[in-house]
Amino acid sequence: MSDNGQTPVLRINNIEAIYDHVILVLKGVSLEVPEKGIVAILGANGAGKTTTLKAISNLLHAERGEVTKGSIEFKGERIEKLNPNELVRRGCIQVMEGRHCIEHLTVEENLLTGAFTRKDGRGAISADIELVYTYFPRLKERRTSLAGYISGGEQQMCAIGRALMSRPDMILLDEPSMGLAPQLVEEIFEIVKRLNEQEEVSFLLAEQNTNVALKYAKYGYILENGRVVMDGDAAALRENEDVKEFYLGIAGDNRKSFKEVKHYKRRKRWLA
Amino acid sequence: MELLYGIFVDPFVQMWEFPDLLVQVLWEGFVSGTLYALIALGFVLIFKASGVFNFAQGIMVVFGALSLVGLYAFGVPAYLALILSIAIMGVLAYSVERVVLRPLVNQEPIILFMATIGLNYFLIGLGEMIFGGEPKTMITEELGLPKGAWDFEMLGGFVSIQRIDAAAAIIAGILVGGLAIFFNKTRIGRALRAVADDHQAALSVGISLNQIWRIVWFAAGIVALATGIMWGARSDVSFALSIVALKALPVLILGGFTSIPGAIIGGLIIGFSEKLAEFYWGPLVGGSIESWFPYFLALIFLWFRPQGLFGEKIIDRV
Repeated sequence: MSDNGQTPVLRINNIEAIYDHVILVLKGVSLEVPEKGIVAILGANGAGKTTTLKAISNLLHAERGEVTKGSIEFKGERIEKLNPNELVRRGCIQVMEGRHCIEHLTVEENLLTGAFTRKDGRGAISADIELVYTYFPRLKERRTSLAGYISGGEQQMCAIGRALMSRPDMILLDEPSMGLAPQLVEEIFEIVKRLNEQEEVSFLLAEQNTNVALKYAKYGYILENGRVVMDGDAAALRENEDVKEFYLGIAGDNRKSFKEVKHYKRRKRWLA
Repeated sequence: MELLYGIFVDPFVQMWEFPDLLVQVLWEGFVSGTLYALIALGFVLIFKASGVFNFAQGIMVVFGALSLVGLYAFGVPAYLALILSIAIMGVLAYSVERVVLRPLVNQEPIILFMATIGLNYFLIGLGEMIFGGEPKTMITEELGLPKGAWDFEMLGGFVSIQRIDAAAAIIAGILVGGLAIFFNKTRIGRALRAVADDHQAALSVGISLNQIWRIVWFAAGIVALATGIMWGARSDVSFALSIVALKALPVLILGGFTSIPGAIIGGLIIGFSEKLAEFYWGPLVGGSIESWFPYFLALIFLWFRPQGLFGEKIIDRV
């Protein structure tokens, strides 16, 4: 990935993460996000996608988890020991799975909480609120509603908008498609793409929706049981037979009937 | 028959016939109510932000008042002693966050509750060790708080208002108003509400929980100090004050654990009702029902509104 000689904005080297001192969730994950890149972490439930993101943002610590081995570098500096708030200050922020809008605050107040770490004054912050509203016009309409009462799609927008308010260089986006209608998922990902191009924000996103993730990401890693089992350019992954079979739900040559599936079960090549 | 008359008719006849007494009782109730509200506010602040029911809140009231009086006794001028007491509450907040809350992050609420019980006894011990255990007199005059009483001739009788009570009500009002503005209008206030609502979300946007906890415990400490001064001026400063602080429990049951307006209105309801009950219904059972009536009232309330009058709206999406 870093063959163009640039240092990646994020580099994870062989990390292990443990919950409660015993449960080993990540067993040596390495990945890189190039500057201004969109990288997807794919995998099933429990593969370790969320844990990877939380290891980076160090939200892991609040869940009694910790990174026990390996290194995480953000803009060339080690960050495993940093508090989430220090990390946000340096430009890396996570949008958590399930949106986590602050329900009893209005949409606008939610956005303002995103600017908590900033010290550049009210003028700059309100200018950025307007900027967020240009990306998410719907939030402007709902600015005075309590975030608990807006729709799921609007909450996802609110969560991403809130992250933008910290002026990040990198957003860790966890499962943005969760619980949203397919059309809305596309809408969210279109905005992610625009943010990436126009605001030059890098994205590392964890997704179960492999299809849409590989459409928008430039590079992908597939995680299984806390290990990276495959990685490559999004285009290459889309064409890979295994990925097609197990993650995209497309059969090899022609559609199989259920009868055949019983006889023949394709084996994941990386398990061999 | 006579009992029923005593319960349902006689008190109201008395209220009607001697309105000056009624006004006096209501005033007493109002003053107690504002002080209960202040104590309850301390609980609510901490409960909202850190999810901890702070058993030590009552002793913080005593500890605040005690350090003020104690410092003065050591020869520190009154106003400097006040400033130093505020600083002491700050140090306390900082230490609690560092020694109790941070190591216990993400533990069960009951464990944190037990920790505050420990804190409670630690503060009792520390207070006794430094300042001694005997009751002390609040340095009311030295702090410039008014003494004496105003007597009003009204409604065919006299109503007497202690000036210190009036001052207590005003100071309580200012504190509550200040906190309300702080919560709703400032950056830190917003962060605080965010932490109260969703720890994880607050953490993810870069709000430092440790910082918020320190601020909240400090705010609760200042509220405790103010309560301690006011209450100490009405009786004296002793460890028994912390029992009075437990009156905040029925206040919280009435008002809800998470609501600031609830703490205020709950405090006033408890204040009014206990004084009215004591004065008009107390004699029926030989008096001093003041001490248990609030708990009784709270129990009745629990039957009908377990979340309290103003418990945080539970947002339920369908």
